Amino acid sequence: MTGVTDIRAQIDALPGLDPRAPLLHVEDLHVEFRTRDGVAKAVNGASFHLSAGETLAILGESGCGKSVTAQAVMGILDTPPAHITNGTVRYRGVDLLGLSEQERRKVRANRIAMIFQDALSALNPVYTVGFQLGELFRKHRGLSRKDAKRRAVESLDQVRIPAAGQRINDYPHQFSGGMRQRVMIAMALALDPEVLIADEPTTALDVTVQAQIMRLLAELQRQRTMGLILITHDMGVVADVADRVSVMYAGKVVEEAPVYDIYGRPAHPYTQALLASIPRLDLKGRPLNVIRGLPPALTDIPSGCAFHPRCGYAREICRQEQPPAYRIAPHRESRCHFIREVLGV
Amino acid sequence: MSDASDLVLETRNLVKHFPITQGVVFKSKVGAVRAVDGVDLQLRRGETLGIVGESGCGKSTLAKLLVSLEKPTSGEVIVRGENMARLSGQSLRRARRNIQMVLQDPYTSLNPRMTVGDIIGEPFAVHPDAVPRAGRARAVQELLDLVGLNPDHVNRYPHQFSGGQRQRIGIARALALRPEIIVCDEPVSALDVSIQGQVINLLESLQHELGLSYIFIAHDLSVVRHISDRVAVMYLGKIVESGYHLAIYEQPTHPYTQALLSAVPVPDPRLRGRRDLIELEGDVPSPADPPSGCRFRTRCWKAQPYCADHEPLLQIRQRSPHPSACHYAEIRDVIRY
Ligand SMILES: Nc1ncnc2c1ncn2[C@@H]1O[C@H](COP(=O)(O)OP(=O)(O)OP(=O)(O)O)[C@@H](O)[C@H]1O
Ligand SMILES: Nc1ncnc2c1ncn2[C@@H]1O[C@H](COP(=O)(O)OP(=O)(O)OP(=O)(O)O)[C@@H](O)[C@H]1O
Ligand code: SF4
Ligand code: SF4
Ligand SMILES: [Mg+2]
Ligand SMILES: [Mg+2]
Repeated sequence: MTGVTDIRAQIDALPGLDPRAPLLHVEDLHVEFRTRDGVAKAVNGASFHLSAGETLAILGESGCGKSVTAQAVMGILDTPPAHITNGTVRYRGVDLLGLSEQERRKVRANRIAMIFQDALSALNPVYTVGFQLGELFRKHRGLSRKDAKRRAVESLDQVRIPAAGQRINDYPHQFSGGMRQRVMIAMALALDPEVLIADEPTTALDVTVQAQIMRLLAELQRQRTMGLILITHDMGVVADVADRVSVMYAGKVVEEAPVYDIYGRPAHPYTQALLASIPRLDLKGRPLNVIRGLPPALTDIPSGCAFHPRCGYAREICRQEQPPAYRIAPHRESRCHFIREVLGV
Repeated sequence: MSDASDLVLETRNLVKHFPITQGVVFKSKVGAVRAVDGVDLQLRRGETLGIVGESGCGKSTLAKLLVSLEKPTSGEVIVRGENMARLSGQSLRRARRNIQMVLQDPYTSLNPRMTVGDIIGEPFAVHPDAVPRAGRARAVQELLDLVGLNPDHVNRYPHQFSGGQRQRIGIARALALRPEIIVCDEPVSALDVSIQGQVINLLESLQHELGLSYIFIAHDLSVVRHISDRVAVMYLGKIVESGYHLAIYEQPTHPYTQALLSAVPVPDPRLRGRRDLIELEGDVPSPADPPSGCRFRTRCWKAQPYCADHEPLLQIRQRSPHPSACHYAEIRDVIRY
C-alpha cells in the first residue's frame, strides 16, 4: 500500500524538481499528427507559463490546437498518431516530457489535473460517482474504504452538490449536465492538484449553469491558490475570469498579455479581429465585422505568418518571414511584424 | 405595421406533448413530456422574431411544429391566414413550401453522399411544379451565387466545404422554393465567431433582398439581439416574456429573462465584478412534471406562495409595458454588453 506521504515524497524527489521554479512552463511545443492524409501540424511552437493562484486563458477558434496542447501537457495524447516533435513542458523545473509513464501518472493525478467539456464521457458509466471518487483516495492516499467514502462525500459537498451523502450512490448518467460537471471538478480536485486545466468546461452548458460553474471554479481556485488554465473560445468568459490570456492561431500563441491589455489594446491583428467580431449593441442594424476567409488546414499552413491570408495589415514580408515573439512590455508579447501599426503608435 | 395582411405566420395555443410509454409490446401511456405547452406567436412580413431559452425548453420542437415536421397535440399553426391542419392536397403543399427551415449542425444536416447540387436541388424533386426540370440546374447555380458560394462547385460533396460554407448550403436549400418564411434553429451555434458573422450578415442581406421573415432560434443572447426585431423568451414549453428587442434587453420584466441576461458573461474585463449576477438555484425541472402555478417558481428568487397555485398569463401588466408572464413583473436594469 502506498501512503500519501510516499507519493508526495516520490514526486518531490523527481530529478530537477525545484519548489521555487515556475509552476508550469511550456516552451516551443510542437505536436503533429501523422495520418494517411498527411502530417497535420496541430501545435507549432506553443509557449506559455502559469504561476500559482493565477488564471491563464487560452483563447482561440476551433482547431487551433488548444485541446492538443492541453493533452500534451497532461501526457494523455495518443501516440501514434500524435508525435511531440519538439519543446518542453516543465512542472516546477521538471521536464514532464522526459519522465517515464509511471512517474507521469503520479504527477498527473496529484499535481496537474484536467476537466473536459464532455463530463459524461470523462466519467466511467458503470461505477457510482462515490466509488470513482473513493478509488482516488484509496489508490493515491491509501485511505480505508470508510475514510475514502467520507472524503468522497466531502468532495461532492465542496462542489455544492445537494444531498451529497445520498448522491455518491448515483451513476454519472443520473446527474444533470451541470451537476455532472461538478462531479468532474470534484474528481479533478480530489487530490489537491496545484494546476487545473479546464478544457471548455462550460461550453455545452446553458448560460445560467455556466455562471454557477465558473463561480464555483473561481472560488475553489482562490481557496487553494491553484493555477488554472482555462481553455475556451468564449470572449465573455475570458473577460470575466482570466488574469492573463494567450491567444492561439494555427498552433501558435500569437499574443500573450494581461487580460485588460488584450481587451483594451490588442497587439495582434488576429486578437483585434476576434474582438471586433463580437456582436455588440452598437453594431445592431449593421453588418457584423468578420474575419475574411478561413483558418488554415493544418496539413498546409501558410508560409511566413500563418494569419497573412486573412490579415488586413499583411504585406510582402508576412508571406516570407515568420514574425518572432516581440516583447512589448513585461508579460506582453505579440507575433506580428507590424505591432506598432496595430497598436497605433 | 399591425396590418393583418402583414401577418405571415401565427400560432394559437400551440401544444406538443410527447407521450411517455411503458412496456414494449403493450405500450401504455404513463405521462407526457410537455415540450411545447401553449404558445402564441405572430410573425410579420420582413420581420425577425428571436426565440431564446435554455436547453430543453422546447425551441426545436416549436420549430418543427412550425414547419410541419411535427404534428401539434392541439392548437393551430396559421400560415398566411390559413390553418395548416385544415389544408390538404395542393393548398397544403403550397403552404408548406412557403415555410422552410435551416438547421443547427452543418456537419450532420447534409447528406454526405449527395453533391451540393443535388442537396440544394432536392426540394425541386419534392415540389416538381416549383421550377421546370430544364431550369433546375441553373436555379441551383443561382442559389449558390446568392449565398456567396462558387456556382462551379455544384458537383462537390459536403465534406469539401468548411462549417460556414456548409451552413450556406443549408440556407441555399431552404431558399430553393422561394419561401416567405425561414425558421432558423441555432443556425450559427456550431460556428466560430469569425464565421458566425458571415452567416448572420448573409441572412440579413437575404432578408432585405427577398423580404423574408425569420424565426431565429439561438441560445447566444447577443447574436439574437443583433438579428431580431422582436424576441420571445421560453421557459419549460411556454413563452414567459416577449417584446421588441429593446424591451427585452433593456427593460426585462420577467425574473427569468433578468437572470438569463445577467448570466451572460460580458466581453469587457472592466465590468468584472460590477455585474449583479442573479444566480439561479438548481436545474430546470423536468418538462414531464412541470411545477404547479408558475413554472419558474422553483428557481425564482421572487417567488411568493401565491405563485404556486396561480399560473401567470403572458400579458401586459401594470409594471410591464410588454407581455410578461409574472405576477410581480417589473423592470430591472441588467448590465449587458
Ligand atoms: N487524433 C487526431 N488525429 C488527427 N488529427 C487530430 C487528432 N486530434 C486532433 N487533431 C487535429 O489537431 C488540430 C487541433 O485540434 P484541437 O482539438 O487541439 O483543436 P481545439 O483548438 O481544441 O479546437 P476546438 O475549439 O474545436 O476544441 C485539429 O485540426 C484536429 O483536427
Ligand atoms: N421526439 C421526442 N420524444 C420525446 N421527447 C422529446 C422529443 N423531442 C423533444 N423531446 C423533449 O422535449 C423537450 C424539449 O426539447 P427541444 O429539443 O424542443 O428543446 P430545445 O429548446 O430545442 O433544446 P436545445 O437548446 O437543447 O436544443 C425536451 O425535454 C426533450 O427531451
Ligand atoms: S505578421 Fe503580418 S500577416 Fe501576420 S499578423 Fe502581423 S501584419 Fe498580419
Ligand atoms: S410569477 Fe412568481 S414564481 Fe413566477 S416568475 Fe413571477 S415571481 Fe417568480
Ligand atoms: Mg478543443
Ligand atoms: Mg434545440
